[in-house]
Amino acid sequence: MDVIDRIKQQLAEHPVILYMKGSPEFPQCGFSGRAVQILEHCGASYAYVNIFEDPELRENLKLYSNWPTFPQLYVNGELVGGSDIMMDLFQKGELQKILAEASPPPVSQ
Amino acid sequence: MIDRVEKIRTRLEEVLAPLHLQITDDSAAHAGHAGVIASGGGHFSALIVSAAFEGKSAVQRHQLVYRALGDLMRTDIHAFSIKAFTPLEYQQL
Repeated sequence: MDVIDRIKQQLAEHPVILYMKGSPEFPQCGFSGRAVQILEHCGASYAYVNIFEDPELRENLKLYSNWPTFPQLYVNGELVGGSDIMMDLFQKGELQKILAEASPPPVSQ
Repeated sequence: MIDRVEKIRTRLEEVLAPLHLQITDDSAAHAGHAGVIASGGGHFSALIVSAAFEGKSAVQRHQLVYRALGDLMRTDIHAFSIKAFTPLEYQQL
């Protein structure tokens, strides 16, 4: 599969997905670590991709999104931003709303 | 060697014609961390006040700044922290 198709598929399959350096357990950059902390603090369920494990995707995602740095957070296929914008939205209480609407907590039956 | 902050300033001034531009080199605070060693790039933060941001979302503003920085994002910059305001927003801070 073409790398752009792979990116599109990941974005379609995961309402909340973080492209980051390292993993949530072991972030390999302070900015990616901060993004993880914000998502955890919001109680969001999210997918992640460690871009160090996929150099081709890393380079192509930068072009796809016109965004040259990581982390990059996508909600419903749209780029929300990097760690600066995430922190800004979080402090305004907007990120919590965006995440809650994207992946509502499971309804108990 | 031209100061990296001056290189960044030149690019941003050319493209964004900012009313106010403050660039800080935070590299010392991050010296030795893996990304810095791998890329050789520094950490910078900028406060940019420009009419070019009017009517644009946060993502679009950052994209505008990244486009202005161009290849510096690969060669000189590892991380660029951006605060982008329109003149009106800045007045109201």
